[in-house]
Amino acid sequence: MKPAPFDYVAPDTIEDACKHLTEAGGGATVLAGGQTLMPLLALRLSQPFILVDINRIAALKGVSRTDGGTRVGPMTRQNEIIANSTLAAALPLLVTATRHVGHWQTRNRGTIGGSIALGEPAAELPATAIALGARVEARSARGTREIAAADLYIGPYSTALQPDELITAIRFPEWPAGTLPLFREVAQRPGDFALVGLTGAVTVEDGRISRAGIAWFGMGPTPVRASQLEKALLGQRVAGLDVQALAELAIAETAPFDDHHATAEYRRTVGRRIFARTVSEQLQPRNAT
Amino acid sequence: MSQHNIQVTVNGRLHTATVEGRLTLSDFLRVEAGYTGVHIGCEHGVCGACTVIVDGQAVRSCLMLAVQADGSSITTVEGLTAPDGTLHPVQQALRDEHALQCGFCTPGVVMTLAALTSGASKPAARTLLDALSGHVCRCTGYQGIRRAAIKLAGEPGAKK
Repeated sequence: MKPAPFDYVAPDTIEDACKHLTEAGGGATVLAGGQTLMPLLALRLSQPFILVDINRIAALKGVSRTDGGTRVGPMTRQNEIIANSTLAAALPLLVTATRHVGHWQTRNRGTIGGSIALGEPAAELPATAIALGARVEARSARGTREIAAADLYIGPYSTALQPDELITAIRFPEWPAGTLPLFREVAQRPGDFALVGLTGAVTVEDGRISRAGIAWFGMGPTPVRASQLEKALLGQRVAGLDVQALAELAIAETAPFDDHHATAEYRRTVGRRIFARTVSEQLQPRNAT
Repeated sequence: MSQHNIQVTVNGRLHTATVEGRLTLSDFLRVEAGYTGVHIGCEHGVCGACTVIVDGQAVRSCLMLAVQADGSSITTVEGLTAPDGTLHPVQQALRDEHALQCGFCTPGVVMTLAALTSGASKPAARTLLDALSGHVCRCTGYQGIRRAAIKLAGEPGAKK
């Protein structure tokens, strides 16, 4: 239960961090909050030659409003996201989802960027980034590029990020005031990874849905965007939604599996139920006109 | 592999050491610096027994490297009791409510509750009870720990 030996560096700037990642030629791992990476190191599931600790890089922290939305620094701690008044107003879904990440003690260290970069398929934040239409800014010595969160995840713990790339920002688009968060998670205990989780944002104007972003976690090898459901919801009257029929469509793109916690069929059943329940509780009462 | 010189203040006392990059903060505190109140349970962030306060924040010390604590100020359970032996209010509440049996998980629980109740205004009972989810206790069934947390909360009389 002790990590294998590794070299450790803690650069002060993004440029230095990228330099270390390039020089390591794929043998480096980035250390953000460490709340998932440290267990992987302790269990020796991860054995990097060099650990690049980005905790000392001030430019990676903080939340700011931009022209097109909100920029969140990847090293913003999860408890800082929960306490942030800008995010409470602009992205209430992100705040709600973050409350379900781990425990209070791990949220004191854990970061949004770490969770998004790691790509645990049952984690709240990767799916929430997809639902909200976030884009991830990735920097390397070769340059900077943006990746849509929806294109980021390839498999469990596997992302489109290259070994020399570092997430330098997570950019969330503007969602109109009055957008309603949809969030529900079923886990064995509070703080556990989800067996099944639903995360989404729905904008309602004059009783009709004008925009929807919805994704699942714990429902496949990656977080899963419910794109068919998103399309089907557009233009529909909230009061008249046939939630039972939509529940089937909601899980249509998921690919849950059997494991020692639950069967795939259990996950689909729970998925349908929590979708129906969450929509009726969180969308319909306030907008039943 | 790489070696690092660190300076860490633990319970007001400055420690300097040379550590391997891979040394966890929990192993540094318990094995190298001798703070045996830091209980090392699961060593992978599940049980919460090794919780300490680093620069005001309650964290699992097995999920931090010792080198990351360079320049930090740390409080362990040894740092809570007054010099004359008077218990910290959290310790007293746990004692009053018979909130421990074997005591292995207790230092972690104490540090979480101490961090949350250190401010000028006391948090709601719900906040304290939610934070207890970060600790595993295999003896008590949690009821005494929950009573102690409710006692420490800002709203007397609030149950749950």
